[in-house]
Order: sequence, then structure tokens, then C-alpha cells
Amino acid sequence: MKTRTTRALQCAATLAAAGLLLTACGSNGGSDAGKPAGSTSFEGRGPITYVAGKDTSGVVQKVIDRWNMLHPKEKVTFVQLPTDADSQRQQMIQNAETKSDAYTVLSLDVVWTSEFAAHQWIDRLPEQRFPLRNMLKPVVETAKYRGGLYAVPASSDGGLLYYRTDLLKKAGITKSPATWSQMTADCAKVKRLPEAKGMSCYAGQFQKYEGLTVNFAESVDSAGGVVTDASGKPDVDTAGARKGLDFLVGAVKDGTIPKEAITYQEEDGRQAFESGKLIFLRNWPYMYALAEKSKLAGKFAVAPLPGLNGPGSSSLGGHNLALSSSARNKATALDFMKFFSSQDSASTFLKDASLAPPYAKSYDDASLVKQYPYLPVLKQSILHAVPRPRVVQYGDATSAIQQEAYAALTGAKSSAQALKDLQSALQKSTAQ
Amino acid sequence: MTDTTIPPGATVHERGSASLQPSPPVHRRRRTHVRATAGSGRMAALLVSPTILVLTVVVLYPTLMALHESLYGPKGLDPSTGFIRTREPFVGLHNYADIFGVAGQRFWNAFWNTTFFTVVTVGLETVIGVAMALIMHQAFRGRALVRAGILVPWAVPTAISGLLWRWIFNSHGIANAILGRQILWATEGFHAKVAVIVAEVWKTAPFIGLLVLAGLQVIPKEVHEAARIDGAGALRRFWHVTLPLVKPALLVAVLFRCLDALRMFDLPYILVGAQKNSVETLSMLAQNEASNVRFGPASAYAVILFLYVLLIALAFVRLLGTDLVAARDGRKTSRRRLRDVLAPRRTEVAA
Repeated sequence: MKTRTTRALQCAATLAAAGLLLTACGSNGGSDAGKPAGSTSFEGRGPITYVAGKDTSGVVQKVIDRWNMLHPKEKVTFVQLPTDADSQRQQMIQNAETKSDAYTVLSLDVVWTSEFAAHQWIDRLPEQRFPLRNMLKPVVETAKYRGGLYAVPASSDGGLLYYRTDLLKKAGITKSPATWSQMTADCAKVKRLPEAKGMSCYAGQFQKYEGLTVNFAESVDSAGGVVTDASGKPDVDTAGARKGLDFLVGAVKDGTIPKEAITYQEEDGRQAFESGKLIFLRNWPYMYALAEKSKLAGKFAVAPLPGLNGPGSSSLGGHNLALSSSARNKATALDFMKFFSSQDSASTFLKDASLAPPYAKSYDDASLVKQYPYLPVLKQSILHAVPRPRVVQYGDATSAIQQEAYAALTGAKSSAQALKDLQSALQKSTAQ
Repeated sequence: MTDTTIPPGATVHERGSASLQPSPPVHRRRRTHVRATAGSGRMAALLVSPTILVLTVVVLYPTLMALHESLYGPKGLDPSTGFIRTREPFVGLHNYADIFGVAGQRFWNAFWNTTFFTVVTVGLETVIGVAMALIMHQAFRGRALVRAGILVPWAVPTAISGLLWRWIFNSHGIANAILGRQILWATEGFHAKVAVIVAEVWKTAPFIGLLVLAGLQVIPKEVHEAARIDGAGALRRFWHVTLPLVKPALLVAVLFRCLDALRMFDLPYILVGAQKNSVETLSMLAQNEASNVRFGPASAYAVILFLYVLLIALAFVRLLGTDLVAARDGRKTSRRRLRDVLAPRRTEVAA
């Protein structure tokens, strides 16, 4: 009996060793690193897939159906991934690492472009094939890596300052604040009103998650600092960046930002604003339609984000279309990407799912503006926007930012120390 | 196992054979062929081989792959092309050595969090679970309802219970309303640990309760009656009769819970959030590294967690295993005794 078990074990060990050998061979057989970019030949026509997060509005299938009607031999299948952005990214990486051809066109969050491009998980695209000139410039920038185009903008997003028009009017303020000091001064006036009893001045998204990176980067950029410079090198240990962080830290300390805002994500802030706890709130355009349905309908408006000495700059959200490098039928894929990112499709996405279009013209369309009064403000927001740090190791960069900004906001570190530590952490992650 | 039971069993059947005429020859023949022949041994190996194959594919192979992967570092960025290199550099034990360097701070924090959560939650769950089992064991009206009620948390998926508790621990949640203070549970600090412990104990104490209840139900009533007649109070009966008798079931439950708690991931991840130092466990750390496409360090952390879990399991079996084995022997002898008691009775009936 004993010899039998040992023999079985030996068998198992040999099997496992064989498996190890096989995989070792497999990992050696990768393609060359020095392959020149942009050499992809976009050939092959036939069925492809479009891969994106869960589509709650149903508009994606609607647009795909329109394509499938026109191209019966090059049908597109919609592959839905989970709602959660992290798991979308994980599944796309898995698909790329196994060099599977299951995914063709990927809907990438704007901040993933550099990572996917550097790993060559996505192909460099021919710029002349897409109407990039008609798109807002900061939006196109999010689709580039080292000067090359790796994705096509499909939708955009920018931060807005929501404010209570009814209260500001009562306090005798006619204009929305353009700077942080104007905002706090307005708050002081509003707070003297009996209706504003117990209200706080301002909030954004300060929970330790991606939203904090967005809000931190906005404050730094709005105060004249940068997180990473034009060449992608971290440069955050500066006086400008410090003024930006100091605004947030000081506001938390003196109660301009309520203490509990340190736990806010988008929805928590929206609930606080809608239940009359906040005078000003930084949030995305998606909130506009929801607030219109709340008891605040008609009592609020939006403005560009304020800054230190003038209008501030927003971070950019949105999604870009990219082409998986291990996919087949790339000629069809390019055509589909052009169709899916066209102005027609963008208008459909705006109407059905309130996704901000990448095209400048859509923001001036009178009928659209009537339906979405925030569009002109959003255009300003996006035009002055600064993309979040475009680095290959974005996951490391954003967690370093969250770590240090959170430490500064909770008072665990001085803002000078936090920025110094952030600079060295970012240098380490970009050096890899 | 069979070796020890054969002699008494055989005698029982022989004794029974006097009255049950047709069956004894069959029984006797089977007994004589009880030793494994070469043929039956091959048959056994054949029958076991699918299991071994499955275990090799789903357990052994991934473990070896993780070990192998943990010897490689992350792919670097080639500054001239701007692309990530396609090969992972072989770094040997560097990923393990890093734990003792500067970068180890995060690992040790996760390690202590994991250990702290395991000790505290399993400790609390044991006490509460035993109490639940005692309540569920009592005979009273609406017992079925209470049993179902206690078991509901165990039936709720961990991710969902994480969401539920996130609402409770919201800054305007019911936890703060009851306490009358505004504690920001989802922020860094000891309170985040408390939130995780409360939610975890709520969810898994019923598991221990369930296993202990099963243990309680096999304790014969006579033992309790005897203790009561001897004048033992309720507390002494619990301490000296109930507890020793449910100990085997309780130990298995605690072992399961320990192993489970050591790889805790979803509850802190959903309830408090990713990358929060106060609640980051080893599993969360490994997941975070893997999601940043650093499979080498991620595998190293996973291997260390695996060894840690293995060590705890072995220690458990070593320290308390004698008890488990002894208890099983005890049950075996009692069954044998039961059979000895029953066998003559059967002959009487047949006669």
C-alpha cells in the first residue's frame, strides 16, 4: 500500500514538473519588446466584440444594433463586464496576458491608456482615420501615450461646482464664486441666513479611493501646481501644489468642509447636498438630472470649479475606445471604432445615458443645451481640465496620492511632509 | 480501523450465526478475504486516481506555479521604447527578502492585522457561538424560528453583509444614531478594525453555533440527568459535562474559522475599503499587488499566507489533535459497545 502511494505521488510530481516546464517554455516565447509601434496592419474583416462595463441605460446595444443592421457580415457582439471599474480592468488585463482574441474593441477608462499602451496590450492607431480635430483637445490628450494615439475618445466627463442659487440670491450674491476665497466669503454671508443654520460650506469626494485622487489633482492644478509635468515626471513637491493641498487641509480644519466629508464618495456628497447640508459641492454632471428630481429642483445651478486666483481646473473622466493587440478582424474593428465614436453616436449617448460627448460642437447645440443646461459650463470645465497623472504604473501612482492626501486631510501629516513623501513615492513608481 | 474492529465484530456474527441460518457462510467468507490482494489494491489505486488527478490539477499545480512565479520580479519599463519588457526578470528569493527590508512595512502591517482579526474574531465567535448553540438546543416554543433567525447571518453572502454593515456604519448610519456620537467608521483608525470585527462576528458566530449544536445533540440525556442527580449546578454541568463532550465539534469549528479568518478579504475590502492600512489583510495585499500587474511579489505574499495557514493548521492538529483522535476512538468504542449490547438482543428476537 505504501509503495503505491509513493508511486502515485511520484506520478503527480512528474506531472507537475512537466506542467512547470511547459509554462516556462510558454513565457519565453513572447514577442520582441523592441517592435516598432504603429506597424500594425489593420487587416481582416468579420465578427468582432465590444467590451465595456455593464450598460445600465441599454444605449450601447442600441448603437451596436444600428451598426449590425448596416454591416450584417461584420457583426459586433457586446461583452458586458461588471460595473466596478477595477474588475473591468482586471478582466481586460487577463484577456491581454493570455493573448486571447475574445475581446476586440475595449472601452478603457481614460487613466488606463498609458498602462495598456506601455504593455502593448492595445495597438497604436492611425490618427488620420479619426476626426480628432473636432474633439476637445484635453480629451484627445487622454488617448495618447508618448505622442502616439492609442485610443479614440468616446465620452468625456468633467467636474462641476453645484451651488444653491436660492440661498446665494437671498444673501445678495449674484455671481457664482470663481476663487476659493470668494467661495468661503459667500459661505460666510449665506450662513448668516436663518435657513442656512447647520449647513456646511463645501465638499467633494475625500474618501480614500479614486475620487480623492481626482479632488487632490484638481486642487493642485487649480492652485497652479502640477502632479506630473509635461513629460510625465512627478513634480508635486512645489509651492503651487502646496497651496492647493493647503486649501483642502485648511478647509477641513476650520469646518468649511465638514468632518464627515472624509468618508464621502460621489453619492454621499449628493445625498448631503440634496438634503440641504451643503452650500457648494464638487461633483460630476451625472448628478444634475438626479438633483432636478429631488426637492432641490430649481434651487441649484452649476459653475466651473473655483481655483486659487481664478477659475480652477477639473480632472478628466470618461472612456476611450482601444483596439486589443491580440484581436482578429482589425479592419472591421477600426471602422466600428470610427462609427462608435462618431458625433452621431456621441449625441445618442448624451441623450440616452447623459454621457458627455468629446465633440466641441455638441456643447453649442441649442436643442441639446435646452435639455442639458449644464453643457456650456461642462465645456468650460473640460477645456480647462488637466488629465490625471498619465503614468504607466497608474495603480501605484493613484494609491500613493490617496495615501498622502488622506494623511494630510486627517492631520496625520503636515501638507509639506505629505507632498515630500508623495514626490518620492511617485518617483519610485515611475522609475520602475 | 478495520483491523481493530474485526475480532469483536466477528464474534458478534458468530454468536448471531447460531440463530440466523442462511447468512453466516457469506459473512465468514467475506471476513477471510479481508486482506488486500494485489488485484484489489490495483482496483483501489484505480478508484482513487481520479481524486488524486483532480487534486493535482486544482491544488498541487497552482501551488507549485505560485512558488515558481514568486521567484520572478515585475516586468520593467524600457525607457528607450516606452514599452514594458516582455520578460519577467528572475530575482530568486528577492521578493521574500524584501519583506525584511524597507518595503516590508506594509507587509508586516497586513500580517499583524490578519493575526489580530483572526485571534479577536475567532475568540468572540467561539463564546457567542457556544451561547447561541445552547439557546438553540433548549426546548421552547418557537425554537425553529429562533434557530432560523440565528442562522440567517451565516446564509448572507459576505459581500452583501459588507454592504449592509457599510450602511450601518455610515456617518449618518444607525450605529452612530444608537451610540449618540459621530464616529467616522470608514476612516483610518482603530474604529475601522472594530467595524470589521463586529460585522465578521455577526456573520460567522452562527457557523460555530451550528457545529456546536450538532455536537450538543449527540450528548445523551442520561449524562446530564446523572450529573443533576449528583447535585451539580447548571454552571458545573456546563463546564464539566457539556463542554468536554462538545469539545471535538467545537475544535473542528474553531479550526475551520481560524483558517477562514486568516484569509479574510471581502469584508474589510467592501466595508472599509481597499488600501486602508488599518484593515489591510495579507489577502488584500496580495490582491493589490496582483492588480498592479506585479505577479511576483503577489505570489510571494500568497505563498507566505499559505505557509502561515498551514502552520496554524498543523499546530492545531499537533496541540489538540490528540484530543480529536482520542474522541474519535471513544466514539468508536462506544459504538462497539452498543453493537455488543444490541447483538444478543437481536438473537433473542430471532429466537
